[in-house]
Amino acid sequence: MIAESGHYALVLALALALIQSIVPLVGARLQDAALMNVARSTALAQLLFVGASFTALVMLHVNSDFSVANVYENSHSMKPLLYKITGVWGNHEGSMLLWVAILALFGGLVAAFGNNLPLSLRAHVLAVQAWVASAFYLFILVTSNPFLRIATPPIEGRDLNPVLQDIGLAVHPPMLYLGYVGFSISFSFAIAALLEGRIDAAWARWVRPWTLVAWIFLTLGIAMGSYWAYYELGWGGWWFWDPVENASLMPWLAGTALLHSALVMEKRNALKVWTILLSILTFSLSLLGTFLVRSGVITSVHAFATDPTRGVFILLILCLFIGGSLLLFAGRATSLKQGGLFAPISREGALVLNNLLLTVACAVVLFGTLYPLAMEMLADFKMSVGAPFYNLTFSPLFALLLLAVPFGPMLAWKRGDLLGVAQRLLAAGVAGLVVVAIVWGWARGGSALAPLAIGLGVFVIAGAVTDIVERTGLVRLPFASVLHRARGLPRSAWGTAFAHAGLGVALIGIVCETTWNSEYIATMKQNDVAHVAGYDLKLDGLFQRQGPNYREMIAEFKVSRDGEPLTVMAPSKRSFTTRGSSTTEAALLTSGASQLYVSLGDATAEGAIAVRIYHKPLVLLIWWGPVLMAFGGVLSLSDRRLRVGAPKPARARQRLQPAE
Amino acid sequence: MTLWFVFALMTVAAIFAVLWPLGRGSRAPDQGSEVAVYKDQLAEIERDLAAGLIPAPEAEAARVEISRRLLAAAASEPAMAPKSNLKWRRAAAVLALGGLPLVAIGVYMPLGSPRLQDFPLAQRERGTGSGMAQSLETLVAQVEQHLEKNPTDGRGWNVLAPVLERLGRFDDAVRAYRNSLTYNGESAERRSDLGEAISAAAGGVVTAEAKTEFERAHALNADDPKANYFLGLAAEQDGRKDEAARIWRALLAKAPADAPWRALVQSSLARVGGGDTMPALSDETIAASKDLAEGDRNAMVRGMVDRLATRLKQNGDDVDGWLRLVRAYLVMGERDKAKGASADARQAVASDAERLRQLDEGLKTLGLGG
Repeated sequence: MIAESGHYALVLALALALIQSIVPLVGARLQDAALMNVARSTALAQLLFVGASFTALVMLHVNSDFSVANVYENSHSMKPLLYKITGVWGNHEGSMLLWVAILALFGGLVAAFGNNLPLSLRAHVLAVQAWVASAFYLFILVTSNPFLRIATPPIEGRDLNPVLQDIGLAVHPPMLYLGYVGFSISFSFAIAALLEGRIDAAWARWVRPWTLVAWIFLTLGIAMGSYWAYYELGWGGWWFWDPVENASLMPWLAGTALLHSALVMEKRNALKVWTILLSILTFSLSLLGTFLVRSGVITSVHAFATDPTRGVFILLILCLFIGGSLLLFAGRATSLKQGGLFAPISREGALVLNNLLLTVACAVVLFGTLYPLAMEMLADFKMSVGAPFYNLTFSPLFALLLLAVPFGPMLAWKRGDLLGVAQRLLAAGVAGLVVVAIVWGWARGGSALAPLAIGLGVFVIAGAVTDIVERTGLVRLPFASVLHRARGLPRSAWGTAFAHAGLGVALIGIVCETTWNSEYIATMKQNDVAHVAGYDLKLDGLFQRQGPNYREMIAEFKVSRDGEPLTVMAPSKRSFTTRGSSTTEAALLTSGASQLYVSLGDATAEGAIAVRIYHKPLVLLIWWGPVLMAFGGVLSLSDRRLRVGAPKPARARQRLQPAE
Repeated sequence: MTLWFVFALMTVAAIFAVLWPLGRGSRAPDQGSEVAVYKDQLAEIERDLAAGLIPAPEAEAARVEISRRLLAAAASEPAMAPKSNLKWRRAAAVLALGGLPLVAIGVYMPLGSPRLQDFPLAQRERGTGSGMAQSLETLVAQVEQHLEKNPTDGRGWNVLAPVLERLGRFDDAVRAYRNSLTYNGESAERRSDLGEAISAAAGGVVTAEAKTEFERAHALNADDPKANYFLGLAAEQDGRKDEAARIWRALLAKAPADAPWRALVQSSLARVGGGDTMPALSDETIAASKDLAEGDRNAMVRGMVDRLATRLKQNGDDVDGWLRLVRAYLVMGERDKAKGASADARQAVASDAERLRQLDEGLKTLGLGG
C-alpha cells in the first residue's frame, strides 16, 4: 500500500502541475485574482504529494521491500539504516524523484513566502515552474519510475554501489540538487518577466534571495562532492575535469555571474539583458548537467544506468525549455526598457567585465566537456580533454578575474575612479608582492608560476580586507565611529568580503596542493617504514574485520615525526560481497590545513600491501574557500535590507554608455 | 479496498487544492507591489545617509533615480485592478473535478500495480502473508545471511559450498570452500573440493591455482581419489598423456571395486590411451555447465579451444587436433581464425607428405580446402 500510494501521489502531483501550468496564466490574462491564486494552492498541494511520494520511497527502502524493483536493485537488507535512506537517491530513479521533490519544494516556498510579489508575477512564476515540473514528472513516470513492482519479490536486494555507501551521499546530492534546481526559480522569474513584459529593479529584488539560496547550496554541493572524491576514491585527487564535475561547475560559473548582474539590476536598474540571459543560461546548464549525467552519454560513478529512451526524453525537455526560452527572449528583447546609464569605468563596468570573464570561462568548460563527446559520436574518435587544456584556457581567465575582483567592490556606481581605487589597493598589492618574494625564496621546486599565483590569492584576500577597512574607515577615523560604521554596514558588504576572500583562500590551497604535494607509492611489508614529508609511517600490521555488509582489511600505521609518535592511521579496503566490488577508505591526518593521506592498494600473497601515501600541504584551504564563500552568501541572504546603488554624481561631463 | 479508499481521499484533497482559491470570492488578496519596493529603497537611502555610509551628493542622486522609477511604477499600477470572471472560474472548477481524476487514473492504471501488496522484509521473515515457496535459492540466501553475520561458522560454510557449486555459483563456492578450510582446518577432501570449484569456475580448466590445491590435497593424503583424478586431468590438459595415464592407472589399482567414480576414471584412461585429447570434466562440472548461461558456456568452450590451440602450437604433429581446432573455430563463427589455424597446420606438418595429404583432405571436407 505504501508503494502504490507513493506512486499515485506522484501521478496526482503531475495532474496538479498540469493544472498549475495553465489556470494561473489564464487568470493573469483576465486579471482574475482567484484564478491566479490557484497557482499558490496547487503549488503547495504539489509539494505535499511529491513529499508524500518521496517519503513513501524512503519507507520502502527502510523496510527493504524488495517487491519494488528500485529497492531490489539498489538496497540490501543488511545495509546500515543511514545508507538505506541515502540509497534512495543513490540511483537514477530515486535521484530524479529527489530532483522533482526539490523543484516542488522551491515552488512551494515561492507560494508560501511570496507574499511580497505582485499577484500576476507570482502566478506567472509558479506556472513556469509547473511547466518544468510537469515535464520532469512525465519523465519519471514514463522512463524512470521508482515505483515499478516485481510480482514475485526476491528475498535479497542487489545492494548499493559500495563507493556510494558513505556519509557523503547523505550530503552531496541533496545540496547539489538544491543548487541546480534552485536556479529553476531564477529561470521561472526570468520567463515570467518576459511573459509579463516587466523587468525592473523591483523584479531583481524579488529574485535575489532565490538565486542566492541556490548559489549557496551549489557552492557547498560542489565543494562537498570534491572533498568526497578526494577521500573516497583513494587517489587523493579532488578535481578531475570530469564531464560530470564540469556539469556542476558550469551552472556555478553562470550562476555567479547571474548573482552579480542581478545585483546591478536591483541597485541601478541596469544590465537587464545580462540578467535575463544569465537566468536562462544558468538553468539551461543545470538541465544540460542533468542530461549529461542521467542520459548515459557519460559513464561515471554518477551515471547509474544507461538507457537511450531516457537520454532522448531529457534531450527533448532540454530543447523545449532552452529553445523556447531563448525564442521568447529574442521576441521580447527589443521591448526591454533601457536601464540606468554608466561609464565604462564604474562598479557596473567592473561587473560587466566579471560577467564576461565568467561566461567565457563557462564557455571554455562547455567546449571542453562537449567537444570530446561530439568527436566520439560523430567521428568515432575517443579523446579526453583534461587538465592541460584547462590550465591553458580556464586558468588565465580566472587569474584575470581574480586580479579584477578587489577592484570591483571599491569602484563607485555609475562612474568610478580607477586610479584612486588602485591607490587604496596599494597596501593589498604590496602584501601580495611580499608574499610572492617570500614564497620564491623559501620554496624548493615546483612551477615558477606558483609563487605568483599565491601572491594573487593573498592580493584577493587583502583586497577584501581593504574594502571593509575603507568602508568602516578603520585607519582614518576614531575607533568609536569605526565601530558605529561597522555596525551600520550592511551585512551584504560583509558577505561580499567573505565570499571574495574565500576565492583567494581556495586559490592558495589549490596552488599549494598541486605544486608541493609529495607522494610515496610502494609495496610495504610489516614493520616497513615510509618517509614522507618529514613523517615516518611504520606499517604495524594487517587486520581483517567484519562490517555490517562488507569485510574490511585494515592496515595500521604508526605515524611519528622526528622520532615523536603522533598517532595511528588505519586506512582500509572494504570488499562488498553482494556486488563483488571493493572500496578504499583512506586515512587522513590533519595538521593545520595540511593533510597526510594514506590509502591501500591490493595485497600480495606474501602479506605485503600496496600503499599510497600523500602529503598535501594546505589542501584543506581548497574547501575552506568555498565554505567561506557560502558563509558570505548566507550573510548576504540574511540581510533583509533593500539594496540601493547610490550613483556618483558627475563632476564634469563624461561620456556615458547605455546599460545594455 | 483500503487502497482505493486512500486513492479516493488523495484525489479529493488534490481537487480541493484547486477549488479552494476559486471559492474564496474576490477579497483583495495580499500582494506586494513595485511601488512598495521603491518606497523601501528610498527609506534605505535615508538610513545609509544617517549612518554615514554614503555621502550626501550620492544620496541625492540615488533619490532622484529611484523617485523616477517610483513614478513610472505608480503610473502602471492602477491598470492592475483585480476583476473576477465567473465563466473561467467555472471552467477551472470543471477541469479540477473532471480532468484531474481522469489524468490521474489514466496515467496510474497502465503503470501501477494496485493488486500487489507491500512485502516489507520483516513481514516476510515471519513467513506470513508472502505465501512464497521456500525454494533452494531462498534457503541459500538465508544461510548466506547467517554466515554474513557469523563468518566463523565453519560447518555452515561446509554445507553451503557444495550447494553453491551445484547452483553454478562457482566463484562463491570457491570463497565458501576457502572459508571452510579456514574455520574447519586442513583436510585433503576440502582442498580437492576447493580445487574442483576453482577449475569449475575456470570453465573446466585445471588452472595453476587449482593444481596447487590438488597438490596440497595429495600431500595431505596421497590416496585422495579426487586429487589424483584432477592431477591426472591437469597432466592430460598440459599434453602429458602418459603421465595422466600413469596417475589414473595407479588410482584404479588402489580403488575399491565399488567406488562410484571408477567408471569415470576408466573412461578418462581410455580417452588418454585412445589418443582423444578433448579435455574431460567431472560429471558434476558437466552437469553444472548445462545450467550455465549461454555466455558462460561459450566461455567454457572457448577455454577448451584455446587450450587446444596452445598445445598444437607446441606440438604440431597432431593432424586430428588441427582439424578439430579448425572445426571448432568454424562452429564458433570465427572464420578468420579457422583460416589462420589451417595455415598454421599446413606449416606445422609441411615436412611430412602423408600428414599434409590427410590435413588437406580434412580441410576440404570442412569447406576450407585448396
